[in-house]
Amino acid sequence: MDMVLVVATSQANLFAARYQMATSLGFHIMLAAAGVAFPFITLLAHRRGLRHKDRDALRLAKRWSKVMAVLFAVGAVSGTIISFEMGMLWPGMMGPFGDVIGLPFALEGVAFFVEAIFIAIYLYGWNRLPARTHYRTLYPIVVSGFVGSFFIVSANAWMNSPAGFTLTAGEVTNIDPWAAMLNSATGVQYVHMLLAAYMLTGFTIAGVYAVGRLKGRTDRLHRLGFIIPFVVASIAAPLQVVVGDVASRRLIEAQPAKFAAMELLPETIAGAPMTLGGLLVDGEVRGAIEIPGLASFLATRDFGAVVPGLDAVPADERPPANIVHWSFQLMVALGTGLLALSAWFAFIWWRKRDVPQGVWFWRFASLAGIGAITALEAGWVTTEVGRQPWIVQGVVRTADAVTAAEGIVVTAAAITGLYLVLGVATLAVLRRMSRRFAAGEDVATPYGPEVAP
Amino acid sequence: MSLADVILAIIWVGVSAYGVFGGADFGAGIWDLFAGGPERGAKVRSLLERAIGPVWEANHVWLIFVLVYLWTAFPEPFVAIATTLYIPLTLAAFGIILRGTAFAFRKWSDTMPSRRFFGATFAASSVLTPFFLGTVAGAIASGRVPLGNAAGDPVASWLNPTSLLAGSLAVVACAFMAAALVARVASAEGSTELAQYFRRRALGAGVATGVVAAAGIVVLRADAPALFHGLTSAWGIPILLVSAAAGIVSLWLLSRRSYSVARGFALLATVSILWGWAVGQYPYLLQGEATVDAFAAPQAVLIGLVIAFAAAVLLVIPSLIWLFSLTERGVLGEVGGQDAESTGALLERLGG
Repeated sequence: MDMVLVVATSQANLFAARYQMATSLGFHIMLAAAGVAFPFITLLAHRRGLRHKDRDALRLAKRWSKVMAVLFAVGAVSGTIISFEMGMLWPGMMGPFGDVIGLPFALEGVAFFVEAIFIAIYLYGWNRLPARTHYRTLYPIVVSGFVGSFFIVSANAWMNSPAGFTLTAGEVTNIDPWAAMLNSATGVQYVHMLLAAYMLTGFTIAGVYAVGRLKGRTDRLHRLGFIIPFVVASIAAPLQVVVGDVASRRLIEAQPAKFAAMELLPETIAGAPMTLGGLLVDGEVRGAIEIPGLASFLATRDFGAVVPGLDAVPADERPPANIVHWSFQLMVALGTGLLALSAWFAFIWWRKRDVPQGVWFWRFASLAGIGAITALEAGWVTTEVGRQPWIVQGVVRTADAVTAAEGIVVTAAAITGLYLVLGVATLAVLRRMSRRFAAGEDVATPYGPEVAP
Repeated sequence: MSLADVILAIIWVGVSAYGVFGGADFGAGIWDLFAGGPERGAKVRSLLERAIGPVWEANHVWLIFVLVYLWTAFPEPFVAIATTLYIPLTLAAFGIILRGTAFAFRKWSDTMPSRRFFGATFAASSVLTPFFLGTVAGAIASGRVPLGNAAGDPVASWLNPTSLLAGSLAVVACAFMAAALVARVASAEGSTELAQYFRRRALGAGVATGVVAAAGIVVLRADAPALFHGLTSAWGIPILLVSAAAGIVSLWLLSRRSYSVARGFALLATVSILWGWAVGQYPYLLQGEATVDAFAAPQAVLIGLVIAFAAAVLLVIPSLIWLFSLTERGVLGEVGGQDAESTGALLERLGG
């Protein structure tokens, strides 16, 4: 009886810890993506403003710098929480392996520090710094975004492809932190995430201006505010297809169960079909459209090749296939949609040297941001749930890594509440900023007594 | 001195930097809380915002630096601390989130109720965050964190005399440092009235910090004998004397309105308390449980951390000095007009 109770408590704790981590990461990742890509998009506007004495471009840079500052603040604190949670929730990973994967976090700390310092200087430097110096403060911000995201993604890649240590009778020995950082998943995962960050940020900013367009704001500033981020995202979109293909192909070797779950393949077979939709019920795929041989072809460039199914790993090492399959498909579908939208824009631009005029383009474009955010979140669900039951692939099970502290259910509930409030407040503040921009008030009023109307 | 000691010293540089710079940011929030109603407190609040606006985020990164170095160099002690003390750490984490976001949001709120809401959130979490971080320090210092996965008492580990003392000390010390720093800013801006306002508060908070620290000696003797013994050792005593002397000198300088030098001594007083703790506890990371050398990561990892620190010294320190000097010279900010060479002036010429 006692044993049953202990198991039930630890199950609840495990669920709560996973839920809390997913919520914190799911929230932070949007802001982290903006932190990586927004500075570059701002740089493009700022550069145009200086080069061509373009008033609208410079105004955009100024507005965006303020939006960036708010997003950066929320991203900085939500990222700090994650460094608390790594130890609070996952002692079974951080205890034995904190030294193996700590180095990239330390290096990321350097990049983040540089980013925080120069964002402050850029944001507060509009009035006094010489214009050239002010513009150049954007460079270290952009570079540290590139560098910092590499380090962070390398730590996650290590969880998928652990390297840089030897396990001898349960003891972690021969630690090489550089080999851990440069594991075989790092490269492709990094480029995939970097492109995703540029797509998310570009499509989201463009989406805001697309909404403005639907409301009749067709002036040059709004046009430019759409074009700059949309073009950046549109360049990233086709590249992402290529990188995504490389990423999924390497899974057959590295994480066959994840691959099988993504493609919803219960059995290892030759000529595996691509499964659209469908659910795995009692080991059988139901209600799916199957395209014969396509999964094999995508994975190996051979329609008849044998690819691993879920049965390639023991039953207790299989991820929940339906969640992985559906989140993967959602990501691919949204990515394809965004690519189509980019192609639509590119085609019209090529023929007419102008943005599309049809209202349907702008309707879809106004949803591009939500689409890109959802795609990125779905991609993270795919990779994280697809690794289960492992927290470190093949080495540590998530259930063995979780904290023994009781009461994680409470902190998980509290953090959900906090992030709900924070999400709503962030959106409200961004909306208010957008309204004030529209009203022509670029300057933030210092708080204090309200000015009487 | 082993490489592990070097890394511990690096971590303690981070703790000190967070203690004084992050601490002063928290302190600014504390004074914001006590600045009075919206009419009366407006001048004080906008001065506080000018003082910390450009620097708070950079100051805050020290905490991440400390956490990451701790888990990389000393993973087992780190998870012991994080899992046993998850309640005060979660509360501090919530405080950090609410504080940072509310501060950023308040700037953009244009109605009085929302401004007051964000302002109150910012100010209240500025008190709670250092308090809970202080209780964590007290728990470690008094030897209440055993090795293992959540092996310590989840409540008594941080609700005890040493933790409450450390929490209170953190709050008053933050208030003291902030008041001393802001008095200097006000005096540099030429506002005698505000300089006077913060001078009085710095003196009050400074005396309070001294009283709490002195009471601490009695509390530690009863509640944390191991630390007390370390503090009263040949290495501990001089550091405590430096702290006390620096505190007294800073109060004397404040009373003579030498703000610039006074703030330096105020920071020194805080830093020496932190180093006193480290020396008092050495060679234990967790009292009686884990020593620095026995629980350090392998050499290859520690060397990696030294390389990362070298990168930080080369890249971060010059940038940080530039940021602080720009802030100090009033180059960053929205008040005080525009330079003709600035981007803002260019934008205006373009009709922006």
